[in-house]
Amino acid sequence: MTTTRTPIPIVPDTPKVPTFDLFTTKKDELVGWARKFSLFPYPFVTACCGMEFMSVSSTMYDTDRFGAALPRFTPRQSDLMMVVGTINHKQAPVLRRIYEQMCEPKWVMAFGACATSGGFYENYAVLQGIDKIIPVDVYVPGCPPRPETVIDAIMQLQDKIAKQHHVILRGDF
Amino acid sequence: MAMDAPLVERLQTALGIEVGLSHGMPVLQLAPAQVFDAARTLRDRFGFDMLLDVTAVDWLGQEPRFEVVWHFFATASQTRVRIKTRVPESHPEVESLKPLYGSAAFMERECHEMLGVRFRGNTDLRPILLYEGFVGHPLRKDYPKDREQPLIPYRDA
Repeated sequence: MTTTRTPIPIVPDTPKVPTFDLFTTKKDELVGWARKFSLFPYPFVTACCGMEFMSVSSTMYDTDRFGAALPRFTPRQSDLMMVVGTINHKQAPVLRRIYEQMCEPKWVMAFGACATSGGFYENYAVLQGIDKIIPVDVYVPGCPPRPETVIDAIMQLQDKIAKQHHVILRGDF
Repeated sequence: MAMDAPLVERLQTALGIEVGLSHGMPVLQLAPAQVFDAARTLRDRFGFDMLLDVTAVDWLGQEPRFEVVWHFFATASQTRVRIKTRVPESHPEVESLKPLYGSAAFMERECHEMLGVRFRGNTDLRPILLYEGFVGHPLRKDYPKDREQPLIPYRDA
């Protein structure tokens, strides 16, 4: 379900201090733990999957438990883009523009069959999966996905984020 | 002809053609040149004050290939009527109904981009649902269903 992306190279600019060796091994873990509970999703909702998105983000399933509750309706304040629904060719430039407006670090979730692969639309209008134009971190199957599937995807994404290296952390702390 | 005669009979008398019935709806099968005058008669004398839809059917392999279809509705008597005409692939052109019904402008634009039927007299046949630069007419039966015309280049996956 997850894909890999090339990590951003980290170049230490000052020599390492041995005292902080323990921190060096643990700080990524600490920052990763903090970051994985502070996802700010940007819902790019285009189709019927949006109903399922409302369900999963409201009281019954409550993505707030994973720190991914507060949708930001501007790409500049968000770090997780949830592409919820069918993307067609006319819309594709808009989607990529919004992805480019998001600040690093950023992640993308393809929510549902249409965003993942075009779904059952194989025609002149529909983009056959958003990964043809932007990189995708986690794919959620289903038409529409069950809320449990979405929660599973968020948790897998959290695991991925927790293991990632943050660009502000340098070798010398 | 009395006003309480069935609509089909009154249409036959007024237009001088055979009027068929399809699921209770009168259907006028006309030559392309007759459509505009028939629509004007429907609007002015029969109260069909609303143009519901302009579309076309692609009968691939038949000649003439395209069948352009109009649906009209009379808001006072709550009745509908359909006009059909066949146009060949070499010259898929009919008269625009824009002078009679303002709503024809957008529906003719859609019909033009999807099936390539031209509407003479409609000066604004730009794409309405498709994007500028789209080649071909996607609802024609010989348009390949998996042909994509992306606006931005794909990433190398």
